[in-house]
Amino acid sequence: MELAEVTGSVAAIGYGLAAIGPGIGVGLIFASYIQATARQPESSRMTLPFVWIGFAVVEALALLGIAFGIVWQGGS
Amino acid sequence: MSGQVIALPLADVPFPPGVEDFYLPSLIPWGAHESYWFTKITALVWVTTAILILFFVLSYRNPKMVPRKAQWLAESTYGFVRNNIVVDMLGHTGVRFAPYLTTLFCFIFLNNLWGIVPGVQLSPNSHIAFPTVLALISYVLFNWIGIKKFGFARYFKNALVPPAPLFILPILIPIEFVSTFLFRPFTLALRLFANMFAGHLILLVFTLGGFAMLNANLWLAPVSVLSWLMTIALTFLEALIVVLQAYVFVVLTTSYMQGALAEEH
Repeated sequence: MELAEVTGSVAAIGYGLAAIGPGIGVGLIFASYIQATARQPESSRMTLPFVWIGFAVVEALALLGIAFGIVWQGGS
Repeated sequence: MSGQVIALPLADVPFPPGVEDFYLPSLIPWGAHESYWFTKITALVWVTTAILILFFVLSYRNPKMVPRKAQWLAESTYGFVRNNIVVDMLGHTGVRFAPYLTTLFCFIFLNNLWGIVPGVQLSPNSHIAFPTVLALISYVLFNWIGIKKFGFARYFKNALVPPAPLFILPILIPIEFVSTFLFRPFTLALRLFANMFAGHLILLVFTLGGFAMLNANLWLAPVSVLSWLMTIALTFLEALIVVLQAYVFVVLTTSYMQGALAEEH
């Protein structure tokens, strides 16, 4: 018995799942930055480069998802 | 270039945009397919280089005590990279790298900017070749300055052997090697490429999606307006990403150089 049938590419679902982790990660980074700045406003300039480095490193995971989705799309 | 703008008949808008949308017709020989010697992408990179050289040469040629607009812009761009990135992360001895990093920042920024300039709207950085070369330069640079400062053996010992108990080193050394010498250049190139690639793809999805809905049926036709408004909103988001990615690329390069120059980990 077939319950459901999916045609075409399910890559978008896969990418949606893959984006959850980086989404949480980036959220945590900015939440921590806002909290740190609220507690100690004069540290905002000092921590900002680390925010962007952390953001970039975490975001790379989501971008790997895009790149490999295209690279391995191959046959249907 | 205007002769090659493709006017699509409404009936056959190719809806799901794909990788083939990134390959533009070649300019020399004019309009040839499957010929990638001199495409619009190549032309855009040359234009970027020309703008960059002309801008900095002209604005610094006759510097005034009270700067004019162009000089102010050039000085504050250089000052931003020099003071906010290089001096903060590498200290005052790192100022010798500031000219390269400023050029890198401006080059990536201008190349990214083509992604949202109306009429062009395709960044050369959405082809992985250009980010790859930039990442390779950064890779060679940070390894080179590390080896120059510490010598070959000590640099690799610094980079690969963390201060940890002996029994855990067989696990740590391969991880350090992969993350420092393989993933760094790879993610550096991929991050810039994927951001520009995804940005272009998103704009295409909403623009072409508007046409697709206009053609689909009467009920979906009004939604296409929403889709095109979304394109405009996302163009502003892209404007943010354009600056951010140029900044992130330079900050990461600087941070890798900082790691290579650090005495102890």
